[in-house]
Amino acid sequence: MANHFLAAFILIPLFGFAFTLAIPKHNEKAIAWTSFGSVLVNFLLALFFAVNWMFQGSNAIDERDLLLYSSDNYAFFIDFYWDKISLIFFIIGSFLVLLVTRYSQYYMHREAGYKRFFNTLLFFYAGYSIAVLSGNIETLFIGWEFLGVSSFLLIAFYRDRYLPIKNAVKVFSIYRVGDVGVILAMWLSHHLWGENVTFAQLADSSGVSHALSEHSLVGVCIAIAILVTASAKSAQFPFTSWLPRAMEGPTPSSAIFYGSLSVHLGVFLLLRTFPLWESQSTARILIAVVGLTTALVAGGIARVQSSIKAQIAYGSAAQIGLIFIELALGWTNVALFHFAGNAFLRTYQLLVSPSTVSYLIREQFFDFQPSVKTIEYYLPKRIASTFYMLGIREFFLDEALYRFFWHPFKVIGRKLNFLTGFRLILLIVVMITIPVLNHFFNQNVSQSVMHAFSFGLAFLAVLMVLKSFTERRQVFEAWWLVVSNHVAVSIAISLNENYSMSHNWIYLSGIALGGIIGYMVLRKLKQRAGNINLDRFHGYVKYYPKMAMVFFFCCLALSGFPITPTFVGEDLIFGHIHENQVGLAIMVSLSFIMDGLALIRIFARVFLGPSVRSVYESSYRSS
Amino acid sequence: MSSSSFDPNHFSFEEVAQELRHVLPAQAPLKDFIHHNTLHAFQSFHFQDGIRMASRRFGYRVLLPLKEYRNAYATGRINRDILIRVVGQQKGLDYVSNWMECMVNKNYETPEPPRIGSLRGLWKHHYKIDLDSLVHPILFRVLCNYLDQGISVWNFPYKDMGFLKAMRQLELDSTVSLFRSKRGRELFMNPETTADDLLFLLIGRSEKYAQYLFDQQFAHQGWSGMVAAIQLQPGTLLDRRAITLEEVIFFELVLEVDALEYMLGNEWKALDVRLLDKVPNLFEETPISELEETLYLWHLAYEWSYYDTVLGGVHTPNPALREQRDHSFQAIFCIDDRECSLRRYLENEDPNCYTYGSPGFFGVEFYFKPVDGKFTTKLCPAPVNPKFLIYEVSTDAKRKRDLHLDKHANSLHSGWLISQTLGFWSALKLAINVFNPKFQPGAASSFGHMSKQAQLQIERKGNEKEGDLLLGFSPEEMAVRVETTLRSIGLVNHFAPLVYIIGHGASSTNNPHYAAYDCGACSGRAGSVNARVFCAMANHTVVRALLEKNGIVIPEATQFVGALHDTTRDEIEFFDENDLSTDCELKHQKNVNVFHVALMKNARERSRRFNNVHSESNLEEVHKNVKRRSITLFEPRPELNHATNATCIVGRRDLTSHLFLDRRAFMNSFDYRVDPEGNYLFPILRAVAPVCGGINLEYFFSRVDNQKLGAGSKLPHNVMGLFAVANGIDGDLRPGLPSQMIEIHEPVRLLVVVEHFEDVVLRTIQRDNATYEWFKNDWVKLAAVHPETRDVSVFNNGEFQCYSPSYIPMAVDNVDSFILNYSDNIPVLKIA
Repeated sequence: MANHFLAAFILIPLFGFAFTLAIPKHNEKAIAWTSFGSVLVNFLLALFFAVNWMFQGSNAIDERDLLLYSSDNYAFFIDFYWDKISLIFFIIGSFLVLLVTRYSQYYMHREAGYKRFFNTLLFFYAGYSIAVLSGNIETLFIGWEFLGVSSFLLIAFYRDRYLPIKNAVKVFSIYRVGDVGVILAMWLSHHLWGENVTFAQLADSSGVSHALSEHSLVGVCIAIAILVTASAKSAQFPFTSWLPRAMEGPTPSSAIFYGSLSVHLGVFLLLRTFPLWESQSTARILIAVVGLTTALVAGGIARVQSSIKAQIAYGSAAQIGLIFIELALGWTNVALFHFAGNAFLRTYQLLVSPSTVSYLIREQFFDFQPSVKTIEYYLPKRIASTFYMLGIREFFLDEALYRFFWHPFKVIGRKLNFLTGFRLILLIVVMITIPVLNHFFNQNVSQSVMHAFSFGLAFLAVLMVLKSFTERRQVFEAWWLVVSNHVAVSIAISLNENYSMSHNWIYLSGIALGGIIGYMVLRKLKQRAGNINLDRFHGYVKYYPKMAMVFFFCCLALSGFPITPTFVGEDLIFGHIHENQVGLAIMVSLSFIMDGLALIRIFARVFLGPSVRSVYESSYRSS
Repeated sequence: MSSSSFDPNHFSFEEVAQELRHVLPAQAPLKDFIHHNTLHAFQSFHFQDGIRMASRRFGYRVLLPLKEYRNAYATGRINRDILIRVVGQQKGLDYVSNWMECMVNKNYETPEPPRIGSLRGLWKHHYKIDLDSLVHPILFRVLCNYLDQGISVWNFPYKDMGFLKAMRQLELDSTVSLFRSKRGRELFMNPETTADDLLFLLIGRSEKYAQYLFDQQFAHQGWSGMVAAIQLQPGTLLDRRAITLEEVIFFELVLEVDALEYMLGNEWKALDVRLLDKVPNLFEETPISELEETLYLWHLAYEWSYYDTVLGGVHTPNPALREQRDHSFQAIFCIDDRECSLRRYLENEDPNCYTYGSPGFFGVEFYFKPVDGKFTTKLCPAPVNPKFLIYEVSTDAKRKRDLHLDKHANSLHSGWLISQTLGFWSALKLAINVFNPKFQPGAASSFGHMSKQAQLQIERKGNEKEGDLLLGFSPEEMAVRVETTLRSIGLVNHFAPLVYIIGHGASSTNNPHYAAYDCGACSGRAGSVNARVFCAMANHTVVRALLEKNGIVIPEATQFVGALHDTTRDEIEFFDENDLSTDCELKHQKNVNVFHVALMKNARERSRRFNNVHSESNLEEVHKNVKRRSITLFEPRPELNHATNATCIVGRRDLTSHLFLDRRAFMNSFDYRVDPEGNYLFPILRAVAPVCGGINLEYFFSRVDNQKLGAGSKLPHNVMGLFAVANGIDGDLRPGLPSQMIEIHEPVRLLVVVEHFEDVVLRTIQRDNATYEWFKNDWVKLAAVHPETRDVSVFNNGEFQCYSPSYIPMAVDNVDSFILNYSDNIPVLKIA
């Protein structure tokens, strides 16, 4: 077989995506058929490839495709991998995307965002394909980022209503947690293997057990990072409550994303990294505990849900909990089988969910019983009532996420009011000058002092982005704080270790570009629209769609999305954090989480939501 | 707002709740979806004032945006002469040019924001407490779980108790509290707490309470409206609940206190007096703005540009009267605008047939109980309360199950099995349905309402009763109903050998609004049972003898045949064909072919509005594609229902049988000669105003403000408790029509055209205040056509005024060229 066959599976949907971008938005037929065609071709090729592969003996294929950056002891490359797991995830995913594309072709007819929907769907499909065919964590991470962005765009599909935007931001923030798990796993495995390890190498169990035996703590940390990511992505405890809240887009997008594909990626990640944690009983127990907790909690919540999509969502999360248990037990084949069944079932259930009214009302008309005895009937009243109440309140999962995740950031951010942006930057300049002067005048400053300085800087960087995240009014200050955060991080790392400045330039190139263009867009928007304060949603995408798009790309660039070299830079930067500098690693990864959140918040507040121009043209906040 | 006792300055909790019930959206649960005037609360005012008040208070958009009217003017949809005439009439001839300048060119500032929400909004703007985010999710969830009709696996534990009592019991029994603060829980559990106490805590000044409660309830008008609707008609939920709006308001007030306590500790006080005084009064009258006047003028011109074509049409003499012919068969349809074109095609296929229109329950009102049914279904207009019950004695219908729609797939243990077994089956099913749609057990089918083979018990033996309801009708009761219906449509002699009574229903898949597509005169069900019941009555020998006594002689050979027309699939099913005499059977077979061709052509005419059906292909192919829409999972527009409805013709068929009305007309048959005094006209108009007017205005307002008065796009809808839809899981309920149903609708008020002398019409509409209000306040427009001269007069300010239409319909041989070439509205044409 050709050497770059796997890459074709990514390029076909990407080309389809690029084509649909170019089609005028009223040409529904061309948009739909281009999308359908590209998915169909990909699906058929995949089938052909899979059959062929099986006949040739089913040996895993590792395909190293594109070297993005290399230096002496470091190489960042795109790598694809094909084995049984990729096959099942890829074929099922392509099949479902194919059906949903066809379904949406008619379903979405005359909807204002017809083109946007198919663009996003193809973008999602490309991201999914990258993720499930990825051959190393770096490539997986690219797919991961694609999924996060397309997921945000599909939840916020009805961008002039309040709730979809609120929920899109909420889900994005959970995904962001998952992203950081991947970054940390990447960082740790660099140190574990001293290079960018591929999944093919992982599959070679002797190498893994050798590496793990020397650094067992690192192994556990990697496993935990992976578990956090998988739990966030697959709506496992304690993140479960985002899943029903993601059902804001058109029904087919909810079906494909949150019913089937996106939500099972946590399962994929665990399957893919199975050799890594297979021999660690701590990790396996943790995975089983998370799965079991989710199965019980989500299963319990599902029983009392009275809206159909919420019920399906919790029902699905509970099944994924069971899949986690199966994985922890090492039953990978059962898990694969269960994944397929659950994905198919939930997609179909969500697609036919509007039918429940006519179907169940008819059932009720003919089969009604005044009181149905469920198992809870046999529980003591006090316990049953408590469970019912917990079910209504979703076991306080959503509130807990707010209280323990969002709220502390907000509180800290507001406590920082005394630190104006200017003072913060001043402080950082001072912080930088001291070691730099030292550097010039005295070469022999101890390593640990330097490390402390770099930690201090990284900490200040986090404060900056926290301030940006909680800024209520000044949009420019919020924007520049994010940019300065990146600069501060890069300086912090370069103090940490002497390395070629080119790494910094790679890292900062995208930041500079995005930062400056983004600033220009905001300035232009302010001239035209007047108020763009962050204390409310403005909905300017309705009036300035082009500016919104450019600004969105700037946000992506600034958050390290793989469209600029910053993405590689991020990885490089992490490579310079030492294995024992957990504090620094946490600070830098916190910066990354918060950057994404602050940026998406700025974008959402300025461009999305109900239009400020006239209440008479928008829907109620609660609808 | 109408109720006289309501005075916002002197607070009474009960009165405010009463007033809220009146103003909140009145839509019943989905299964009983019945069209009504969305702004019915303002109907006691003139249309112009009513919609303005609604708009200022609640922020609704009540007419099209200025841009759309200007665009309609540019494209010729608004006629320049009519525009000048309208402005002249409204503003005086001297001011026409000034107003025209404003209308066409002037730029207007964005209107000031609506007043609703400004008082309660103080919490957010001055105290930075977002009460909506803190209270709504809990409130909606609790309400949905309490009212749920069968989505949740585990039902609400105390559903047989009233709402507050049930919630208190749950709170008492549970170790986890629903409330976030101790004070919230205490206030809730204390039976002494009143709404006034809570309002005092929150606002402090009683003259602001009413406005606060309006703000609070209109922040989720969907949920509040649903509660109010259930309170007013508890039987609309099969699994009944005792809930009142008062209870929900009380509960919400507690949740608000609880949220404030949680966010601010026990430090907070009622809203600041100085802030309260700055908030504009919700209930105060406001002067009309120039923009509102301009829009209204535009709208009148927009409407009259259409009305003029209809009046021009009926004014045109009909060269080929059908009335005198020897009729091969007669067919009575529902007045529904969707039957308008089918009647035209039937008459086209068989020039000797004659068609009538009468509300689709055909004057027979009853409850219906199918075999094995645990409940009864009302089959007559919603305001009527029948005394009769019709039993289905036997049926061959079998209900198919679909485990995918069964909730057990979502529970943990059976879900584990189901996802690994049925899951794979669903992949196959989905693939089949996406590429080759098949009928689904979850689909709504008009023919499923009653099987063709079902047997009904129509005649009562003795005085059998079930509860308060009589089991069937006695021959005397039958005769009264048959006579009334026949007289009201003017069918009292010249009976054809076959008289078809044709009810209608619709079929759709994956459509929570399925009931809105069925017959409104049958409370949102198919009209098959009514059609059969009416025929059984009219064929009854005793009934015929009774009719004969009253002067209606139906020849013995004449037989009535019931049928059901599926308006989505354009199919027809005839009932009791076995009872036909040999002679009638032969004639019937011939007619069946006529129906068959007419239905195909009707399907083709409808297909011009559908994007993915090629109207030019051969008839069978087009019909097949149209039929497929009803079974396709991904088709949000199985049919277009009442979209584009605009007029209602009350008169003989020959008033309009020469016209092409583009499926925009309700048509109620009526013969002024049978009813010189207007005794039969009165019930017709009393029904037409709320039924057709209600349909028309629901489409009107859902179209002009699809976000607040309509349901928005149906694509993201989530089914809540089987009684409503919402966006996502935390959204407010969305009453009204989804955008897919109204996007091609032109918002014009219904023009009722009555063929009778104007003095009779005037006297008739004044018989009943509620009916007169519709016409007097211009919520529907009324015109009379002189039955002999076809001269037209228009009802305006309480009197009829002569009107000479400027429109002369274009004469065409064949409307096909229009149908195949246009997808927009086609003007009134004269079929040569």
